[in-house]
Amino acid sequence: MYSFEPSDEQKMLVEAVSRYAAGDLRPAAHDAEEQGQLPPKLVSKGWEMGLLQASIPETWGGFGDRSAVTGVLAAEEMAHGDLAGTLAVMAPGLFVIPILLAGAEEQKEKYIPPVIQAGWRPYTAALIEPSFDFDPNDLKTVAEAKGIDFILTGAKTCVPFAADAEGMVIYAKLAGQTRGFIVPKGAAGLAVGEAREKWMGLNALPFYSLTLDGVKVPKEDLLPGEFAPVLDSKRVALAAMAVGVARAAFEYARDYAREREVFGVKVAQKQAIAFMLAEMVTEIEAARVTTWRAAWMIDQGKQEAGREAYLALTGAVDMVMMVTDRAVQILGGYGYIREYPVELWMRNGRGFSAFTGLAIV
Amino acid sequence: MIDFEMPEKIQQICTVIETVAVNMMRPVAREFDENEHEIPWDYINFMHTATRAMGGGGSTMAPGEKKTGPGIGYQRLAAMIEMLSWGDAGMYLVTPGGMLGSAAVQAAGTPEQKERFLARFNGEKPVFDAMCMTEPQAGSDTSAIRTTAVLDEKTKEWVLNGEKIFVTAGKKALIDSEGFVVIWATIDPKAGRAGMRSFVVEAGTPGCKVVKQEHKLGIRVSDTVSISLENCRVPFENILGSPEVEQKTTKGFKGAMATFDATRPLVAAQAIGLARATLELLREMLTEKGVEIRYGLPRQKMTSIERDFIDMEYMLRSAWLMVIKATWMADNGKPNALEASMSKVRAGDVVVKITQKAVEMMGPLGYSREYLLEKWFRDAKISDIYEGTGQINRLVVARQILGYRSGELR
Repeated sequence: MYSFEPSDEQKMLVEAVSRYAAGDLRPAAHDAEEQGQLPPKLVSKGWEMGLLQASIPETWGGFGDRSAVTGVLAAEEMAHGDLAGTLAVMAPGLFVIPILLAGAEEQKEKYIPPVIQAGWRPYTAALIEPSFDFDPNDLKTVAEAKGIDFILTGAKTCVPFAADAEGMVIYAKLAGQTRGFIVPKGAAGLAVGEAREKWMGLNALPFYSLTLDGVKVPKEDLLPGEFAPVLDSKRVALAAMAVGVARAAFEYARDYAREREVFGVKVAQKQAIAFMLAEMVTEIEAARVTTWRAAWMIDQGKQEAGREAYLALTGAVDMVMMVTDRAVQILGGYGYIREYPVELWMRNGRGFSAFTGLAIV
Repeated sequence: MIDFEMPEKIQQICTVIETVAVNMMRPVAREFDENEHEIPWDYINFMHTATRAMGGGGSTMAPGEKKTGPGIGYQRLAAMIEMLSWGDAGMYLVTPGGMLGSAAVQAAGTPEQKERFLARFNGEKPVFDAMCMTEPQAGSDTSAIRTTAVLDEKTKEWVLNGEKIFVTAGKKALIDSEGFVVIWATIDPKAGRAGMRSFVVEAGTPGCKVVKQEHKLGIRVSDTVSISLENCRVPFENILGSPEVEQKTTKGFKGAMATFDATRPLVAAQAIGLARATLELLREMLTEKGVEIRYGLPRQKMTSIERDFIDMEYMLRSAWLMVIKATWMADNGKPNALEASMSKVRAGDVVVKITQKAVEMMGPLGYSREYLLEKWFRDAKISDIYEGTGQINRLVVARQILGYRSGELR
């Protein structure tokens, strides 16, 4: 039976996330972006809501079961507050969820409980590579078997919290397939870029490049499972966040258009603006339902889940660019001024085409 | 609980309709496109017999059926329409058993009116119905309708006068079957929307005539006619809604708009069926030429064909989900004016983009009448025009999100 009604539990969760997103993340977003830093207390508070903890079974120290649908509902809502804050709060998931999805029992026991039973600590993952044709399924970073170890060689970019990360999953190509490797802090041959990377947006997050010069990974730290389910979960997470960012921009532009006077009427009363808003909300809804369905397919273990997750993200990437661009356009000059939030949403909006791998549910 | 599993009952009926589409629609689709104004009686009679055998017309509930809790009627109807339009969008429009006229009766009629007007769909012969809204000077601006309805106090009859154009299936409803049309008219030309009411005019009513049959870009198998009303008298009870509709409120107009909330997603479903057919044929033709669509690649590594195709697939998927959501809301009694219009905006957009792109991608093969792509391109455009143009639906969406009444956003 079709239903678009979240469960009561999901509604409560979304409500809690919404309060945090609107009450904490959004008010901090501007200064965090300008100063290049999120207040640690802000991130801790988000972590304590227990989103990740609730998607880990009790066996490994959590108190729930992972649901991609719940994940995308929460991700949209939090990103509606602020994208950088959301990625920070959810960063430990980059380490934990791949282990949950593709890890061996011993790996789950060893790595998951210490992360989720503690306060927020920096954990991360390295997938993106500094290349225009970066393809998560055809990585240039390679792993070669050597005795009882793997040797990883290559370069990564856009790795959040890499300098302080207490653990990370690094993705590399092994026998033609993308695979995840658990790499501890300070592994030999692993060099974190000296300076933070500078991006068009997301300046509140510390991003680093990585150089892997023969990083030795013992066999037991290879994630035995396939990469595909991990990638699917990354894609729907990002798609949901794109919906959240777009919704934020849309709502701001809508409210502005209702207030702003022009030629004796509100600017929203002009069809040129009203139609833009109508198309924005329609595109947002389109991306949202497609993302929900892809997440639902992941939860149901449907075979086509991968394709649907890919489609959802493909659509969401275009949608968020279109919506955030129009939000800036509707605000006109104010849209271009950094005092107002829409130009940041537009910078973040463009980033979704490059962010594959930065989030996971 | 969020769920995207198509209900089993809908799956079953879709399987049946797919067989009909493959065997009875696709093989004759071209023939009836090339011979405009011919009537596909084989298909019509078959559908009528089949529908009767299954115990009900195409409306959301069989006549007399009692509503018990949220149903799946609109969702089922949308899925059926999608599949029929996948077979042929034009022929779907000549499926007997309840179109927009009966949707209006369904949405605004009293129980007695539903019984009286809808029972005929389960009779011996196929019956058609139509909605008459548009006039030469009034398209989407329905408050500008000039057709009048005057109550003759002596006979207690409504006297209708005016001209209606672009009536889908009007000929089949009035000439080719014992059907009816729903006429939108004003009971007070000075009252604007507050004067707007709808009236059922049955086939054979004196004074109601089909005066012109149009030649069209597409959906040629479906008749589009002009209807003239000259002192056309209908019984008092043919005014749709409860007796209070006589009072001058906007209730009558709101009735029409409520009909649109119900029917817009269904018209969107039609667009989706056609878009899906196009994309499937396109994939087949590409596969035949050894062109495979690879999924999961970053855009930078795709061919232009892959990029277009995947964009089209996203458009189709998302638009269909919006239709499902809008009909799910209708079935669950949730106000869906916003979602209904959004689904129509998007479905109209995507079917036009998808069919246009498909013809482009196939080059001379796309343009050739040997294949159905060019026909579907022509058929598609109507989805962005009727049941509210894309622009009118944008206006409806915009008013909804901005909280504006029609006077505040024109």
